[in-house]
Amino acid sequence: MSLWLTLAVNSIAYGGLLFLLSAGFSLIFGLMRIPNLMHGSFFMLGAYFGVTLLDKYQVNFWLAALISGAAMAVIGGLIERLLLRRLAGQELAQVLLTLGLSFIVADICLMVWTGDPWQPVTPAHLRGAVKVAGLFFPLYRLAIVVVAVVIAIALWVMIDWTRLGAMIRAGVDDAPIARVVGIKVSQLFTLVFALGAALAAFGGVVGAPYLSVYPGLDAEMLPLALIVVILGGTGSLLGALVGSFLIGFLYNFGQAMFPDLAYVILFLPMLLVLVLRPQGLFGRIVS
Amino acid sequence: MSPLTPRRAAIGIALILLITLPIWVGNPYYINVSSQILLFAVFALALNVLVGYGGLVSLGHAGLFATAGYAGALMLQAGYGHLAADVTALILALAAAAVFGVLALRSTGIGFLMITLALGQIVWGVAYRWASLTNGDNGVNVTTRPRPFGINLANADFFYYATLLIFVAAVASMAVFIRSPFGASLCGTRDQARRMNALGYNVWLIRFLAFLFSGFWSGVAGLLFIYYTNFISPQVASLQTSAEVLLMVISGGAATLLGPVAGAAIVVIMKNVVSAYVERWNLVLGVIFVAIITFMPEGLVPGSVRLWRMGWRAFRDRGRANVLRNVPEPPS
Repeated sequence: MSLWLTLAVNSIAYGGLLFLLSAGFSLIFGLMRIPNLMHGSFFMLGAYFGVTLLDKYQVNFWLAALISGAAMAVIGGLIERLLLRRLAGQELAQVLLTLGLSFIVADICLMVWTGDPWQPVTPAHLRGAVKVAGLFFPLYRLAIVVVAVVIAIALWVMIDWTRLGAMIRAGVDDAPIARVVGIKVSQLFTLVFALGAALAAFGGVVGAPYLSVYPGLDAEMLPLALIVVILGGTGSLLGALVGSFLIGFLYNFGQAMFPDLAYVILFLPMLLVLVLRPQGLFGRIVS
Repeated sequence: MSPLTPRRAAIGIALILLITLPIWVGNPYYINVSSQILLFAVFALALNVLVGYGGLVSLGHAGLFATAGYAGALMLQAGYGHLAADVTALILALAAAAVFGVLALRSTGIGFLMITLALGQIVWGVAYRWASLTNGDNGVNVTTRPRPFGINLANADFFYYATLLIFVAAVASMAVFIRSPFGASLCGTRDQARRMNALGYNVWLIRFLAFLFSGFWSGVAGLLFIYYTNFISPQVASLQTSAEVLLMVISGGAATLLGPVAGAAIVVIMKNVVSAYVERWNLVLGVIFVAIITFMPEGLVPGSVRLWRMGWRAFRDRGRANVLRNVPEPPS
């Protein structure tokens, strides 16, 4: 397989992981109007949970990812109910609260799981490659893409076709009016926050054999979620999807061609979008 | 001669205490901690221009701080003199502030915060990943401190005095800035941006200039920092540094002249004390953040006063009839 094709496959896989991370971030930001600065922490903490289940207790890979996602949904829901709720309406305080919590989570992870990077082995049933049209593709990377696409479709169906999704959309568009027509926006906040946390944690576990888990992973992933959402537009799932794959490609190709500047290149499309289309590629101007 | 008001007396006493500090402190370790407090106070004052007076919360100021620091350190490493290195560093910090300002001021509030965060991460990315330029994680060493007028700043006392001088200049410039019509117009854009616009003020330009002013003093603080530690690493440009200095501003009380100074003292002392006993500075930092935001959103100093009064009232009123406590507050 040629270098370019390998890069392209890696890019798509990375984009899939980024989507799992940023879909929740985008919904939380769109609905609650706060960038959740502990989203990277959800990703890292979820990855640590999952990898512990995987390596210490020999739990099945997908089951570990699901358990970790469920655990993080509970933690996220509690944080929203017990802490963020107290500061309703004070966006800045909420942002700073999540920032403070992210430091706490980072230090607790360092305490519990030490500073050594931890890369779980790729589960046995995902090793090897599949042959498609005469080319070999690593199975694990393909699995990431498939999972991301399935989740993207599930989210899309939920947001666009269900009653719950309609309520979330109403909340994103205009929370005060949604309240007036009887939608319990505050319950939606908790639900969306828990869902976002769960998706991030799930992504963390699924990505662990690829990215490995290490202290600082949270601070590395958070800006990526931020870029994706600024690129795609807040509250837009399609924007998050397109933004994720764009960043996935930029990251992998940048890494291969300009290793010194790869991280900086990631931010260039964001800067362009900010200058030319501040609401994001798929965002709407909020009046 | 103007009359001696309590405020002036307090400022005079504080100055005398600061000037004589090396004498009554004695131990070079504590003198160094004092220098550290003063240099972070300069940084916090710089950020306070935006956070306090402009109502613009930046989480990317470590980027400006580190830009000046890295520029100075790399120039010195390349063999340039201190003057050339410092001037270049300040110019670059201003240029970085201009870029930050142009991009971040497309938005206010949460959008501003997010964009500054992302821009700060770019600086971190350059410092960390562009290893051929910045030596990556290993950082850059600064081998000498400058010797202005033949005074050797390698001495802890002399370095303290140099820092104090710059600190006083920063405080004075802030005091002038706040009282100037420009400072008033910046507060105006914070409180009533649309009315200021309607009155014919160029809100964007006012904010942009405030950003440059803030960037300049952040750069000065960054230079002081590399001369103090003789070293700079990507950690300096990290989100954690931005968060620490923001904590200094909001813990001391934003939009006051001396709040950030008190905040810098609190954070630096706490960091030194905590680091001496446990390794868990990050945890402590996070807990302080959460506690301040949840219980004392107005800042540590005004917040403690409020909580103290509440506690005192509860203590004083404990024997009285409950009826009294239910009397509604008179309308103000």
